Amino acid sequence: MRLSCSARNKLLALSSSLLLLAMWQLLALALHSPTLPTPAKVGHSFWQATVSGELPYHLGATLLRLLASFGIAMLLGCAIGILLGKNQTLNAFFDNWLVMFLNIPALVTIILCYIWFGLEESSAILAVVINKLPNVIVTIREGARSLDKDLLEMAQSYRFGKRKTFVHVIWPQLHPFVMAATRSGLALIWKIILVVELLGRSNGMGYQLHIFFQLFDVAGLLAYSFAFIAIIQLIELTILKPMDRKIQRWRR
Amino acid sequence: MSDIRISIANKVYGSTQQDDQFHHAIAELNFTVHPDQFVCLVGPSGCGKTTLLNMIAGLDSHYEGQIDVGRSGIIPSIGYVFQNPRLLPWHSVRQNIELVFAGQPKTELIDGLLDSMQLRDVEHQYPERLSLGMQRRVSIIRAFAVEADILLMDEPFVSLDAPTARQVRSLLYSLWQQRPHTVLFVTHDLREAIALADRLIFLSPSPMRIVSDIGVDIARDQRHDESRIEYFREQLLRHHPEIDGLL
Repeated sequence: MRLSCSARNKLLALSSSLLLLAMWQLLALALHSPTLPTPAKVGHSFWQATVSGELPYHLGATLLRLLASFGIAMLLGCAIGILLGKNQTLNAFFDNWLVMFLNIPALVTIILCYIWFGLEESSAILAVVINKLPNVIVTIREGARSLDKDLLEMAQSYRFGKRKTFVHVIWPQLHPFVMAATRSGLALIWKIILVVELLGRSNGMGYQLHIFFQLFDVAGLLAYSFAFIAIIQLIELTILKPMDRKIQRWRR
Repeated sequence: MSDIRISIANKVYGSTQQDDQFHHAIAELNFTVHPDQFVCLVGPSGCGKTTLLNMIAGLDSHYEGQIDVGRSGIIPSIGYVFQNPRLLPWHSVRQNIELVFAGQPKTELIDGLLDSMQLRDVEHQYPERLSLGMQRRVSIIRAFAVEADILLMDEPFVSLDAPTARQVRSLLYSLWQQRPHTVLFVTHDLREAIALADRLIFLSPSPMRIVSDIGVDIARDQRHDESRIEYFREQLLRHHPEIDGLL
């Protein structure tokens, strides 16, 4: 019996995951050390943390921070990116700022925000936004620069007006850039949030990982990490991929 | 019904003559297109015909002179058929047409136009799934759908194979007869110009000037007769040797 292409790919992905799990299990058994617990032990740790409510609480705190900082960075970044992409004078003026902010280490921004604004929730969110914003601006600016002039002229000659031109001509062209900023943004932001939490919050994934580090609890550390990776995958599969498919359906 | 009054003293690209980009595109171009007249602009490639249409459409306002469309003080509505169809690829054929309406799209009008251009069965398709000839027909429908004061057409049949170009041309012609508009049609195909126009304006290479302004006196119902078109063309070339080098 011949398998279809997608069934074959799914089978390959499943067998590679099982292989990884088997290698982990064998290595853990061979080392027999608390620094590399077996998958079963990590699973047990995950289950306990979930039943006790600890994992959902900390995971929820981190996800809320992720949602807030991601939303603010994307909205602001899109607006500024479009503005800089379409206005050469503004772009020339602010380009230096952008290069500077792109190169400030995340840790420096986080520490400065905590020092200047206190160990507050708003400082934590602000630090993440400042870290992510330049990336969104640069990506969207490239999109705004590469807008199809022919289509903009068509819109102008048919007197589309600003709103109609933005919704029907500009935004669909920016879509691939927005998706790129979204994907790289999610990957970047959650890593920064962990550092923010580790340095100045009393809940969230970063805070918990810090505790696990102090206790040398590798099983707990891995259980929390896998839970968070699973959530990000879930966002990709249930929100981003379907959204992408829907918006890109016109492509051949 | 609108007329177009063109009076352009100069159109240049680049600021000074020393500028590498300096190009004198148009010089002393004065003519009027009367209401419901179908005028073909014939001239060599690169002479500035597209520039002129862009100036009329308001896409280029950097020139010395004046262009008036319709009554003064009223912003004219314009239907523009570009050289490439310029359809929004993420919208279906029907959505592309509906978008040009300022308010509620006129469904019956769109249905009628789709029927007359034989595109009713692909109205929900995306443009990229259609042939170039079909995409050009959609862009013609879009221009007619706005019921504009004037229609600008920039070599809408270029790069189509001869039978398709002939078919789309005859569809355009019958559409224009049903719904007359003031039309400015750019081409460098003299036979096409004779088959469509009331009047031919021949233009020189840049800086673009009028070389000849000639009326076409073939009756409308005889425009499908290719031997008549050919005869008119030969007479034109014989009596107006100045246009020979412009084709």
